[in-house]
Amino acid sequence: MVTLNINGKSHQADVTPDTPILWTLRDVLGMTGTKFGCGMALCGACTVHLDGQPIRSCVTPVAAAAGKKIATIEAIGLSAAGKHVQDAWRELDVVQCGYCQSGQIMSATALVAKNPNPSDADIDAAMAGNICRCGTYVRIRAAIKLAAQKAHGPARAAAVTASVEEA
Amino acid sequence: MGFEKLIERTLPAGVSRRAFLKAGAAAGGGLLIAVGLPGLMGEAEAAEKGAEFAPNAFIRVGGDGRITLVMGQVEMGQGTYTSMPMLIAEELEVSLDQVTLEHAPPDQKAYGNPIFVVQMTGGSTSVRGFWTPLRQAGATARTMLVNAAAQRWKVDPASCRAERGTVIHPSSGRKLKYGALADAAAGLPLPEKVALKDPKDFKLIGTPHKRLDSPDKLNGKAKFGIDTQVPGMKIATVAACPVFGGKVAKYDEAAAKAVKGVRQVVAIDNAVAVVADHMWAAKQGLAALNLQWDEGPNAKLSTADIVAQMAKAAEQSGIVAASSGDVAKAGAAAPVKVDAVYQVPFLAHATMEPMNCTVHYTKDACEIWTGTQVIGLAQLFASKASGLPPEKITVHNHLLGGGFGRRLESDYVYQAVLIAKQVEGPVKIVWTREEDIQHDMYRPYYYDRISAALDDKGLPVAWNHRLVGPSIVDRYFPGLLKPGTPDPDAIEGAHETVYDIPNRHVEYVRYEPPGIPTAWWRGVGPTHNIFVVESFVDELAAKAGKDPVEYRRALLGKSPRALAVLNLAAEKAGWGKALPAGSGRGVSVQNVFGSYLAQVAEVEVGKDGSVKVKRLVCAVDCGYTVNPDTIRAQIEGGAIFGITAVLHGEITLKDGRVEQSNFHNYQMLRINEAPLIEVHIVPSAEAPGGIGEPGTSALAPAVLNAVYAATGKRLRKLPIDPAQLTAT
Repeated sequence: MVTLNINGKSHQADVTPDTPILWTLRDVLGMTGTKFGCGMALCGACTVHLDGQPIRSCVTPVAAAAGKKIATIEAIGLSAAGKHVQDAWRELDVVQCGYCQSGQIMSATALVAKNPNPSDADIDAAMAGNICRCGTYVRIRAAIKLAAQKAHGPARAAAVTASVEEA
Repeated sequence: MGFEKLIERTLPAGVSRRAFLKAGAAAGGGLLIAVGLPGLMGEAEAAEKGAEFAPNAFIRVGGDGRITLVMGQVEMGQGTYTSMPMLIAEELEVSLDQVTLEHAPPDQKAYGNPIFVVQMTGGSTSVRGFWTPLRQAGATARTMLVNAAAQRWKVDPASCRAERGTVIHPSSGRKLKYGALADAAAGLPLPEKVALKDPKDFKLIGTPHKRLDSPDKLNGKAKFGIDTQVPGMKIATVAACPVFGGKVAKYDEAAAKAVKGVRQVVAIDNAVAVVADHMWAAKQGLAALNLQWDEGPNAKLSTADIVAQMAKAAEQSGIVAASSGDVAKAGAAAPVKVDAVYQVPFLAHATMEPMNCTVHYTKDACEIWTGTQVIGLAQLFASKASGLPPEKITVHNHLLGGGFGRRLESDYVYQAVLIAKQVEGPVKIVWTREEDIQHDMYRPYYYDRISAALDDKGLPVAWNHRLVGPSIVDRYFPGLLKPGTPDPDAIEGAHETVYDIPNRHVEYVRYEPPGIPTAWWRGVGPTHNIFVVESFVDELAAKAGKDPVEYRRALLGKSPRALAVLNLAAEKAGWGKALPAGSGRGVSVQNVFGSYLAQVAEVEVGKDGSVKVKRLVCAVDCGYTVNPDTIRAQIEGGAIFGITAVLHGEITLKDGRVEQSNFHNYQMLRINEAPLIEVHIVPSAEAPGGIGEPGTSALAPAVLNAVYAATGKRLRKLPIDPAQLTAT
């Protein structure tokens, strides 16, 4: 039996410590928003946050989450960055089939939370691990920029960029 | 997809495409409109024969004013769940947020696609098939609601109008909401004739509208087949013999059962499944089985064997798909001849949601939860596997985590039912990604020989194209393809092109590869044919020393819509403007799926031969536009799908096994490789064309023609082999 902190709540799961977080969420705890795509950390569909960092839950055992906080797509809208990302996704109608989008949104939220003004290179670096077979990349890129603007405001984003450049 | 043409050919001349409509009271109250299409029988013939009314969709106007559309088309990302409600809402005079869409249960008779007769979502056909019927249905419902209001107020229906779900009598100021009229309307006779709106009065159709399915896809609530949860459900994963046609020989059941959480090991003829409490245990159990196979007759098969057989088949003449003029005579007289061989590889679909199917089998019923493009066929396959009659099988359809043709097949449903027959209680069978890639049904390898003769101006006077590939139509619809006729899908985009070439001969040689199943893949026949035709036209332009756009213009005299998209794409792309060394622009133009599309690709080729697509400009004329934002999204996504294939896509066989297994060796395009994409829509009043697939089929030649412009090297085989492009 392991204890996991998921979206601020404590959950008990009867799995061995090597069981990936992905299957514990989906098959044991019934939280199916996090998706299975490859099982080898190659596609990003299973991305969740572990203490705010995006991780691939298909290769991360529950043992690695001991004492840490897991955040999933089901609750990401409760964070400011997550809400802005969801709103931007809606505004630009990013989704198509939608299957990879839980993972895309989790990766994008982690980026937007820490980077007020993500450049194309920043977006490539943060998002290249997330495959979208429907090909929504053009819109994902635009939506991340929009979300960053919503989250940080254009003025603040510019100021942060300027201070970074000065440093 | 060529299907609609196939079906149309079987229709008597002049058959009306008008929908049959029936109206009545909905179960539980409200107005129900059933929409039926003439299908294979004409309206008059159907009436004469007293054919049973077979509706294709239902519209329910509830007492609460909610409008529900029940239909068989599924949502797999293409925006159907938004465009179909738009068609109804426009004529019914309701806002889009008043319409909800329900997945239809499997009933071939009740929900068949008017184009496919069987219930199928594929071939870029949803809007094409339902464009007129759903508008007629919406207009009929509106007319009946107006009539009901007029009766109640004792006024002339013509003095009333409908607006935002309300009937209004302007001169008296009276108003009634649809919900209050639905029951009364249900008791009225069906109006003889209803007028459809003049397109200039459209309020919704033609305007961008946000997808209705997106909110739940942003917060984890959207349910795909793989998300099915049924009380008492076990999870299973499966391994089929890695060599197609092989069987299970032996396995270590005890080792699998020693894994914590494993409950059962189930063998069927060619596969073994491990049933467990969760997927991790099932995967561990599967790995512990130490599976041994009887690999059967294909154990030594390689892709090279298949290609050698195809090259040989290409020496033989085939079924004539198109023939005009006198190719031999024109060719003999022409001063310049060009010939080439083109090849495209086997490809996997790699939908992001791996194949899965949940089954609860009992001895007298079977319940299924999955995502399928063909819910009726899934039911039939489940019937075959279970031995139960179709009416004992319930299929719950879901959102599809990608279709692309993969979920037109029901192999995974069939297999799941065979496994579930041996399991007590419900079981969800989930394929690993490895199983998904190694047991797909693949886009076929095609092998094409093509030649042309040019006149003294460099223009083609003779065109000879022989393509070799399987017939998916014949496998899928046994008996539909008459002997001696070409597969209409395999030849689409080859037998007719946009170009005016006086002497043409196109042949189809049917070749079924051993040891590898084939199926439709996004862009179907045209994905292969447009690559060949548009690459070869580019070769002819080069041979003639002409600019590729100018050259095409000279051949588009009989296709003004193709010319218009070509000109628009060239203009927006800055065709002719200088690019840095190592970069190039390439163009393609096509008319397939009922839509015209031109693409201009801009590529950069590195010294190591790596190709990066930097920018893609698309101009599309897909007839009347329902949701322009969906059109843009589909062209963007279709193009990305095409770039993936051009740069990375290849499935190969060695020792009878698919060599690729996951995204490390069957790569998908990633965001860092994605180009800027612009989509320009040409306004059009023509009937709507398909939009899910054109973006894919036009892509490969645009990119390879750009590679030629950048490097002077003509690649005739996909995917791009960087070794052929290294700077020398």
